[in-house]
Amino acid sequence: MSMTDRKIRVIIAKPGLDGHDRGAKVVARALRDAGMEVIYTGLRQTPEMITEAALQEDVDAIGLSILSGAHLIIVPRLMELLRNNGQEHIRVFVGGIIPDEDIPRLKEMGVVGVYGPGTLTDDIVNDIRRAVGSINPI
Amino acid sequence: MDIVQEALSGNRLALARLLTQIESDTNEGREALTTLFPHTGRAHLIGVTGAPGTGKSTLVNRLAHYYRHPPKDQSPKRVAIVAVDPSSPFSGGAVLGDRVRMRDLAGDSGVFIRSMASRGSLGGLAHATAGIVQAFDAVGYDVILIETVGAGQAEVDIARLAHTTLVVEAPGFGDDIQAIKAGILEIADILVINKADRPGVEITEKALRGMLYLHKPTASELHHHGGMNAMPANGMPDDEPVEGWQPVIQRTIATEGEGVSELVEHIAKHRTYLQESGVIKYKDRVRLKTDLDVLLREMLVARWRNDSNEQKYQQVLKRLVERKISPWLAAQELLSKGDEL
Repeated sequence: MSMTDRKIRVIIAKPGLDGHDRGAKVVARALRDAGMEVIYTGLRQTPEMITEAALQEDVDAIGLSILSGAHLIIVPRLMELLRNNGQEHIRVFVGGIIPDEDIPRLKEMGVVGVYGPGTLTDDIVNDIRRAVGSINPI
Repeated sequence: MDIVQEALSGNRLALARLLTQIESDTNEGREALTTLFPHTGRAHLIGVTGAPGTGKSTLVNRLAHYYRHPPKDQSPKRVAIVAVDPSSPFSGGAVLGDRVRMRDLAGDSGVFIRSMASRGSLGGLAHATAGIVQAFDAVGYDVILIETVGAGQAEVDIARLAHTTLVVEAPGFGDDIQAIKAGILEIADILVINKADRPGVEITEKALRGMLYLHKPTASELHHHGGMNAMPANGMPDDEPVEGWQPVIQRTIATEGEGVSELVEHIAKHRTYLQESGVIKYKDRVRLKTDLDVLLREMLVARWRNDSNEQKYQQVLKRLVERKISPWLAAQELLSKGDEL
């Protein structure tokens, strides 16, 4: 196996208290079909659990599915943890129900992409590839 | 300090990145394994295998939790978990979902969980699993739980890698003919009947018990089935210890934690047996010899492909596809005539 065989590894996590994980599963499957290795962590994850899992799994990207409206609480906490743990290299993506006016705020915090209902999974795949490929060319 | 030294001194981020290098088989990963190797050989390696849906991940979660929170008279152990799930044969991607059942272990810095995709490897493990396990062993994890892909009839690789192999069954997963088929049941040091609150548990236990009295392979048979039949037998130690371990059956209900302390006791007894009988040294030797042989095979093929004439290879391949020569003759021709055209 050569170095170019290194797979893109992504955690798909659902922080917060709502139990609607269909979207997260659809995205996980789409990333799998695009040749990525997706670590699926399940429901009700705290930012601490997600960043710790991201550390152990040495992922390139984290995909958060948030439908509870708590994105402006969860995302800043997650970004802070990533900074404190030396995991700034991990790219963060958010999907779910995010009001338009909050999208610029999330991007200011460092989120690479925000995806609402109707997003094509191909767009997510391409965004992850672009973001990860440019920062982590192992 | 380089990444290997950092990992050895307990830096989890460094360890995680090192595991990626090992998994990707980079030069850095190979060098790291060279440095780490002298530090290995201390951990107890526990393999957990069985059909999909029998509850392997939940059981691993419970076992790890028990080792972290043992009864008062024992000290907690540092636990690493290597969980292997299948890669898609079509895209090469994978969804690794074993962490879903391991939520209880979150926030405990004495536990390190690493998910691996099988990446085209058959036999229930990934190519790099042994290397990942070595790294965990070297940096000081006491117990390493290795959860295989949930296939079921051919995952004997785990028996070579692990010191103690648990085969997880559940009621309603096949009749007594399944139990006497060759393969996975024969590798069990401990047979776990999980979901023991389900109907049919007596029938399952009876079938398994009957199977256990029929046959248990010796260590040399296990080695022999590793696909290294072409190798001369003179590399084997003469003093193969007599197998003195009778596999035990333990019922568990992993979701409730029932039977887990008894299971841990069986695992400890098996480890004591391995050490006192000397079987552990024998197993170690067999495992390292198999690893060495596999590496040799890979390197020889790679070296040959490097030196050989690609045009000639394609010509022989073409004749093979046209059914003009047999696969055996094709290989013969490529090897015997060397690279001259």
